[in-house]
Amino acid sequence: MTPDSLANTNLETGTVGTVTVPDPVFSCRDVNVYYGDKHAIKHVNIDIARKQVLAMIGPSGCGKSTFLRCLNRMNDTIPNARVTGAITLDGKDIHEKRQDVVQLRARVGMVFQKPNPFPKSIYENVAYGPRIHGLAADRGELDDIVNSSLRRAGLWEEVKDRLNQPGTSLSGGQQQRLCIARTIAVNPEVILMDEPCSALDPIATAKIEDLIDELRESYAICIVTHSMQQAARVSQRTAYFHLGDLVEVGETNKIFTNPRAKLTEDYITGRFG
Amino acid sequence: MNSTTETVTPKYVPPTAAQTQAKVSAGLARRYRAEARFRAYGLGATLLGILFVVFLFGSVFWRGFSIFGQHQVRLDVFYDAEVIDPAGTRERDTLLAADYQALVRASLKARFPEVEGRREVRELVGLVSSGAAGQLQARVVANPALIGQREAVWVLTSSDVDWLLKGKVSRNAPESERRLSDDQLRWLDTLIRADQVERRFNKTFFENGDSRDPELAGVGGALAGSLLTLFVTLLLSFPVGVAAAVYLEEFARQSRTTDLIEVNINNLAAVPSIVFGLLGLSMFIGLFGMPRSAPLVGGFVLTLLTLPTIIIASRAALKAVPPSIREAALGMGASRLQMVAHHVLPLAMPGMLTGAIIGMARALGETAPLLMIGMVAFIVDIPNGFSDPSTVLPVQVFLWSDSPERAFVERTSGAIIVLLLFLIVMNATAVVLRNRFEKRW
Repeated sequence: MTPDSLANTNLETGTVGTVTVPDPVFSCRDVNVYYGDKHAIKHVNIDIARKQVLAMIGPSGCGKSTFLRCLNRMNDTIPNARVTGAITLDGKDIHEKRQDVVQLRARVGMVFQKPNPFPKSIYENVAYGPRIHGLAADRGELDDIVNSSLRRAGLWEEVKDRLNQPGTSLSGGQQQRLCIARTIAVNPEVILMDEPCSALDPIATAKIEDLIDELRESYAICIVTHSMQQAARVSQRTAYFHLGDLVEVGETNKIFTNPRAKLTEDYITGRFG
Repeated sequence: MNSTTETVTPKYVPPTAAQTQAKVSAGLARRYRAEARFRAYGLGATLLGILFVVFLFGSVFWRGFSIFGQHQVRLDVFYDAEVIDPAGTRERDTLLAADYQALVRASLKARFPEVEGRREVRELVGLVSSGAAGQLQARVVANPALIGQREAVWVLTSSDVDWLLKGKVSRNAPESERRLSDDQLRWLDTLIRADQVERRFNKTFFENGDSRDPELAGVGGALAGSLLTLFVTLLLSFPVGVAAAVYLEEFARQSRTTDLIEVNINNLAAVPSIVFGLLGLSMFIGLFGMPRSAPLVGGFVLTLLTLPTIIIASRAALKAVPPSIREAALGMGASRLQMVAHHVLPLAMPGMLTGAIIGMARALGETAPLLMIGMVAFIVDIPNGFSDPSTVLPVQVFLWSDSPERAFVERTSGAIIVLLLFLIVMNATAVVLRNRFEKRW
């Protein structure tokens, strides 16, 4: 299957729009997820581009978070979940026997819906990843990693005087930025974000969105969001999921101004969801 | 059409606000009465519980508190070289074997020269504990230079004298109903008037092992036995229990087998403790040939007993760790073991420690299984190791409560006080540990 043949519509699954991109970081083909008997994700084909933000939108229970969790194999932790199909990261199948899940998760970082810093100090939160993966040769290098990660997450100025205080003492927005700092400390290729702003107030949300925009210059970012405004603001590409189907993929401005699928149009015009 | 619908389904007229209010008010009094009644029941139950606790502690302390003091009598002892070491060798064996009871007798006879006749002398010597001879022996062996010297020594009174002086029995009863004769009372009064009798802190009770003589019996041996047994129990049951809980909760896949294991662990927690004693008897002693009455075997048996408690408490503690912490760790690329060791265990540890200490407290109070493995024996020596014969505090309470001598009543309550203090210290430790290590997230 050449990229051209997939260019407009994918007959097999009925996804509208361009699912492929040149030189993708992730490439997913015919991905299915089952929770026991429930078919949660149905024949999804999509590529994820480097240095770009892909937003996944859709009504609750449409499977967007489930799909996101396939990308770093977090679904492995759910006892009766089963994933089929091919997901390749830089051309290598992540479900291959030789693929180590620990290594995969070092390359594909994740930020969760609810800020979940470890109940340890701010410093230890950021230093944890480099520590377990052995990224720093000595304390000085570790300090540098922590420092630069906090700076890139835009948190340094706020926490530089209290690195030894618990991460849980920060405000919700700061905690979420701490989680982002923690994720970029291991220098991943892709950052997955599962509704990262749903527990935050508008000001904290704006900060995270600015941060995402900056991080896009270094990382591929996949963000699941319930807010269509947010998807429109931060993403370059948007994927619309509906009941486990990937209905439409396309450039964000096109999806929001001129959706081609009826379901997408209904959703973004607020007819349901 | 209208008329038919109206007859079939009578039209519902919403009540006015005033009507609704009237209905609500009508029920209010009944609701408040029910609430007041419920509170009264709750208060009653609580008060009843407190009453029982007060009664328990009150009766134990009332009977047992006097154990902390014991009456002693001052004797002027002459360490007669003729009695102790006529040959003058000063050898340890000779000093150990000498007849120190004769020195006690001589000292008392010197104090009361008018006493004559075998029966009177025996009564006179009966004022003093038979442990007095041992006390003199210990002094002489430690310092042979005392031989030939004169010294004032405080020795224990017999339990009958102690009992009388503590006011537990009346001296006005007819002589035939008293443990002490009129003569003995007269001699005792003479000694008291001469300030030769004093109530002192009862070190013996904490230092000695068991004895047939109540005034010499102490909880030292049982306390040491309990500590040794609990040490073995803690050393085995905590790591094993935590490891089992971590495996079942974090690593094992949910399956029929794990369900079965879970059900059986819960069942194990409900097995009567004496059954564990029988198991220990046939397995550790019968099959493996381990020593009887030993804290080691006691610890093994109590480990079986506390394991289910610790596993259940530890699993509950692990379940209480929020899944977001696990996801955060796994999402960072931590392996399962790293996730558990770095994040889940530290958060679950306070709960696990609490469970372990509750299990230990139960083990400390266990009597029945230890009877089965021979820890109920009469043991005078204080155990020095894990294979020495010994007994434990609750078994000591059981043994003394069975003894006919009146003074053992006081000893029984005293041992219960020590046991309760031990338990309170353990529970306080649990609270301190929990507050200290508990982290908020």
